[in-house]
Amino acid sequence: MSTTTESPSRRQATHPGERIAEWTDGRLGLYKLAKSNLRKIFPDHWSFMLGEVCLYSFVILILTGVYLTLFFHPSMSEVVYHGPYAPLQGVRMSDAYASTMHISFEVRGGLLVRQIHHWAALIFIAGMIVHMMRVFFTGGFRKPREINWLFGWTLLFLGMFTGFTGYSLPDDLLSGTGVRFMEGAILSTPLIGTYLSMFLFGGEFPGHDFVSRFYSVHILLLPGLMAGLLTAHLILIFYHKHTQFPGAGKTEKNVVGTPLLPIYTAKAGGFFFLVFGVISAIAAMVTINPIWTMGPYRPDQVSTGAQPDWYMGFSEGLIRVMPGWEIRAWGHTLVLGVFIPLMIFPLVLMAIAVYPFVESWITGDKREHHILDRPRNRPVRTGFGVAWLTLYFVLLIGGGNDIWATHFHLSINAITWFVRIGFFVLPVLTYWITKRICLGLQRRDRDKVLHGRETGIIKRLPHGEFIEVHEPLSQQQLHVLTAHAQPRPIDLGPEFDENGVARKTSPVAKLQARMSRNFYGENSAIPKPTAEEFEEITAGHGHH
Amino acid sequence: MKKLSARRRHPLAALVVLLFALAATGGLYAALAPAPKAQADDSAQSLAITQGKKLYSVGCATCHGTSGQGSTDGPSLVGVGSAAVDFQVGTGRMPAQQPGAQIPKKKNIYTQAQIDQLAAYIASLGPGPVVPTKDQYSPAGADAAKGGELFRTNCSQCHNFVGRGGALTDGKFAPSLKGVDPKHVYEAMQTGPQNMPSFPDTTMPQDAKADIIAYLHEVDSSSSPNPGGFTLGTIGPVSEGLFAWVFGLGAMIAIAVWMAARTSKAKKS
Repeated sequence: MSTTTESPSRRQATHPGERIAEWTDGRLGLYKLAKSNLRKIFPDHWSFMLGEVCLYSFVILILTGVYLTLFFHPSMSEVVYHGPYAPLQGVRMSDAYASTMHISFEVRGGLLVRQIHHWAALIFIAGMIVHMMRVFFTGGFRKPREINWLFGWTLLFLGMFTGFTGYSLPDDLLSGTGVRFMEGAILSTPLIGTYLSMFLFGGEFPGHDFVSRFYSVHILLLPGLMAGLLTAHLILIFYHKHTQFPGAGKTEKNVVGTPLLPIYTAKAGGFFFLVFGVISAIAAMVTINPIWTMGPYRPDQVSTGAQPDWYMGFSEGLIRVMPGWEIRAWGHTLVLGVFIPLMIFPLVLMAIAVYPFVESWITGDKREHHILDRPRNRPVRTGFGVAWLTLYFVLLIGGGNDIWATHFHLSINAITWFVRIGFFVLPVLTYWITKRICLGLQRRDRDKVLHGRETGIIKRLPHGEFIEVHEPLSQQQLHVLTAHAQPRPIDLGPEFDENGVARKTSPVAKLQARMSRNFYGENSAIPKPTAEEFEEITAGHGHH
Repeated sequence: MKKLSARRRHPLAALVVLLFALAATGGLYAALAPAPKAQADDSAQSLAITQGKKLYSVGCATCHGTSGQGSTDGPSLVGVGSAAVDFQVGTGRMPAQQPGAQIPKKKNIYTQAQIDQLAAYIASLGPGPVVPTKDQYSPAGADAAKGGELFRTNCSQCHNFVGRGGALTDGKFAPSLKGVDPKHVYEAMQTGPQNMPSFPDTTMPQDAKADIIAYLHEVDSSSSPNPGGFTLGTIGPVSEGLFAWVFGLGAMIAIAVWMAARTSKAKKS
């Protein structure tokens, strides 16, 4: 054997499996890779598995998507339907729609796979939002993870557009209306709108090109980018190690949890099958996007209840509640009623994307963080997150205003006005309420540390006084409640130097100091109990 | 003629001429006037109208005026035709319970015979669309696929692609068409009740109306197939998104919590 001559010192592999492993290791260096990574520790918390939901949904999307490409015809050539679905017999439609009908009614398992694909897409993006908000509220985006936050955000952004292009492919009445909506948005771009639209659709809408173009984007370009970003996202998680919640024995320098192999891998593998199982069960039981009921797309037809999938719902909401403003000048029309929402759409998403950088600038915090924050201890950040979510969901209500109107017997105009006012008022209101709740919880933590847990046991003292027995917290619980740092806001120093001359401070620095006071100042933090306070109280009578 | 001419200034001459003229016009009228209807038919029709007027005075006159001329609370019913009455009363929309953005359908408390009497009375006020016969609205033999195209072109922008209804402005709405009697669908197209435009035979021929009814029968009746499973109302992506969040992501989080609770690490003392 050749191996014996190359490495005579090595023990002769006898078992065939061992020999295969030797052979591969000689070429790929697997031993070294495995040795350094197989015992990698991952902390255990249910909220750390939200990202896995997204990863597995993505895998399911790729698997089912490949199956669908085997039968889908990305073509706009016109055909006459002669399939098994009676209410469309003899109707003219595009080949794209006809082949989707074929998948739904004639391909074995076609409808199930289509429904798995679509449900997985909805759950994928919902999972990304929830995963993102988990990272946001716990401060998991802080140094060194800002880049990975941006990778994740980009995955969300690309996921939305992958979803949108997929939604557009069947060329049914609903998806065609969605594409028309997008075309309208593109047309509203000043100066270049018509050129852009003509370029994208290869002529007048809808033309013959858009399905094949969207197809390439949907099955190749966007998923390819996403797969690359996803890999980078996972490599960075490996490189940074996973964050963990504060607790006894958990420090910025260690990770407490289970090793990748065997426990974590077994759990993650099992979780993959559970995710696949849940999505398949939903797809087997519940209809999604019943294109046969909608008919083929024709630009002269439209249906009420024409909404995008939920992840584009906030952009639909922006358009629906925006007043139809227009400026006409020099023979041109500037459709502000569409253009302004088109500009706010990326801004809503950007607000959350750039937050890590804004926060680190405000706080001047350049340290590494591997222990997560409890959301209550960072009231301003938590408030901002809730405000952002409020804005997002208010716009979702606006996007479904007709469905809300019919199902709750409301006036659609009233809903539209609620969203118009709520867009500005509700985020401010929820920010303020959330901040107050956070401060209340901080006070409660302080109280629990100093006075223990309320047991609900009422004790009567010999002289007749009633007291409630408080039970001191365990060492672990005390650690969780007091482990967080309470940094001081940035101090600009005295306004005048020792000679009484006004010190020069740039307006930017002043703004930073002001925001820092807002973030870390006394209005955002209840001082956590000091060791002296704790000792003073616990040393004396055990309760009061 | 001499004798006649001689007596033309007789005091009674004018009277005789008048008598002749009266006899001539009366005779001509008797000869040329349209023949009266058969006696028995006439009494049934007038009986229905009389009965209808009585029902009208109790149930409708408050808003539509004592003789259907309309008031500030209800439109004039002259010329709406029997089809409109059959639709509005037959679906329980009329008599209205209360004014509002739109009068919703409710339980019909009139018998078909009473509705026919009311319809006869309203039809007697002025000509209008007539209640269709069964072969006009029956979906049998109609082309459902053509009906689908017509429905998507003319109806789905308010009623949704399979007739599940939709919202209009200020609390008005296009109602769901599920389970609506084909006759009422036909009459609604003919008469355009409340906020709906009318589709008279000149714009939408009888056959086209039957095609639409056949399409609705295919996709929106209790016997329509649902190959995908539960339909979530077939109202588009809003209910799908809600379902994905509540049940899809809800299940994922429940499983994640369940799995994370089953940890291999040593139990806390």
